[in-house]
Amino acid sequence: MNEFVFFINNVVIAGSVTGSIYAIGAVGVTLIFSIMRFAHFAHGDMMTFGAFMVLLLTTLFPQAGAALGVPTPLIMLPLAMVLTAALAVGLDRAFYKPLRAHGVKPIVFVIASLGVTLMLQGLIRLFAGTGGQSLYVDDRKEIFRLAVPLEGVRVPVVVTEPQLYLFVLTIVAVVGLHLFLSRSRLGKAMRAMSDNPDLAQASGINTNTIVAVTWVIAGGLAAIAGTLLSLDVTFKPDLSFFLLLPIFAAAIVGGVGHPYGAIAGGFVVGFAETLAVFNWSVLLRPFRDSLPEWLSLPGNLAFVGTEYKIVVPFFILVVILVWRPTGIFKGKVI
Amino acid sequence: MSAIIDVRHVNKAFGGLKVINDCSLQVAEGSITGLIGPNGAGKTTLFNIIAGALPLDSGRVFLDGEDITNHPADELFHKGLLRTFQIAHEFSNMTALENLMMVPPRQAGEHLFATWFKPTLVRVEEAEVRRRALEVIDFVGLHHVRNELAGNLSGGQKKLLELGRTMMTDARVVLLDEIAAGVNRTLLGDLIGNIERLNRELGYTFLVIEHDMDMVARLCDPVIVMAQGSVMVEGTIEEIRNNPAVIEAYFGSTPA
Repeated sequence: MNEFVFFINNVVIAGSVTGSIYAIGAVGVTLIFSIMRFAHFAHGDMMTFGAFMVLLLTTLFPQAGAALGVPTPLIMLPLAMVLTAALAVGLDRAFYKPLRAHGVKPIVFVIASLGVTLMLQGLIRLFAGTGGQSLYVDDRKEIFRLAVPLEGVRVPVVVTEPQLYLFVLTIVAVVGLHLFLSRSRLGKAMRAMSDNPDLAQASGINTNTIVAVTWVIAGGLAAIAGTLLSLDVTFKPDLSFFLLLPIFAAAIVGGVGHPYGAIAGGFVVGFAETLAVFNWSVLLRPFRDSLPEWLSLPGNLAFVGTEYKIVVPFFILVVILVWRPTGIFKGKVI
Repeated sequence: MSAIIDVRHVNKAFGGLKVINDCSLQVAEGSITGLIGPNGAGKTTLFNIIAGALPLDSGRVFLDGEDITNHPADELFHKGLLRTFQIAHEFSNMTALENLMMVPPRQAGEHLFATWFKPTLVRVEEAEVRRRALEVIDFVGLHHVRNELAGNLSGGQKKLLELGRTMMTDARVVLLDEIAAGVNRTLLGDLIGNIERLNRELGYTFLVIEHDMDMVARLCDPVIVMAQGSVMVEGTIEEIRNNPAVIEAYFGSTPA
């Protein structure tokens, strides 16, 4: 049973954490794609920017959370979301809108977003430094050890405070997004525009508004994803940039342009990663005695080493593109 | 009668190809004006320019005296200028009914907060829109396919859905681009009756691009003939039919 708890800690919890972060990031990428039809490479750095805003605000007002009994970074998150949304709209006005006005090909947008990536990352590095910093400036990261009430189980289930907040926030974000897309007219207008932009405009839908709303949502979600990630580990200027590949893999796995698919894809990629680096010999150890003699159990039995974790999303990406290029849910692939 | 649409000296070129060449025309308020001409005469391009889907190179377009040159399509929609597409457009991932329900502007659901905090109001308005959409879908004869994804409808059914779209809101001017193409004869009769009724009872003005001369003859007065990017002649269908220049534009030479 100890081995099973170990599995819960290292796969179920760790996978949900990674999956949630990928899912929220991938939703933003997929929404931007479905409305503007380009792969937004600067998304990772929008996430970093959101986390950086939280760090900045928390450093400025480290006591803000104590009054409410909530960690300060969490209090600052809504503000950081607003700031990141503003940044996203600003980036669009400054860099993407002029391109749209000229009616350039999608690849030009992609290259432009690469430029924005480098610029954002440089700016954040300039102000935040290159080292890692904890978002918990004045608070202490609470770690919950839940003892399993079973005989012989000595290993507790371990969950940290930021991970609990992460689960709650992910659920809130997903439900909120679902209500928005399915119920509100603006959400329906977004679906309409991703389906047929000419007809949407001829039906009285202001496409400029929809584009701005898309950036606001993508920016807000990016801030959540970046902050949750930095809360779980530490804040680094290049942290989210390295998540770009798994996030794009998640978006493609789910079907590009399909928000629910992106959420599913995020968890698929997240769990695939944790399952691939999990040491399976731990689970096999209890059966050591019943194994035939010629078969000895190695100390580490993982599919890939932790340092090669990044190959997992690559592998999933290749598999999906070869066998089901439209993704789990049929997205719009062009 | 005053001109509700006034196109003045419009020019438009795609690269080196001059598609609209100093084109001027007026559509009288309350009329059903036909726009005919050989393929490549620039009819659809002119539609796109009037409806704000395409920027023009020079010239001006007025809607009821108001300058609407290069205004975006969605703004014109709210001013009551609607259009259908020559190649039927639809929201392929929504049902036929949902396609119509996308149209009506200014519902409470448009406001973010209403969705979450005033669900009753949203539901009441949603029900109202739904009722209207059901009426319209009955009217255009698509009741049996109302819950099909619009992308799966036939070409003719998509055309009917396009017409239905213009009936979901209070339009003033409707630009119909070959609405009859691909629609069967029985339905065509309904369609014509429909357009006439909208014109008579609700005062819609129609500008109609059409290749079907029978339909033009039944529906349109006056008729404008375009050729090579500008207006060639305007008059009743009888005048047009007997005009040698029109015959030449269509057939290349005057029949002996």
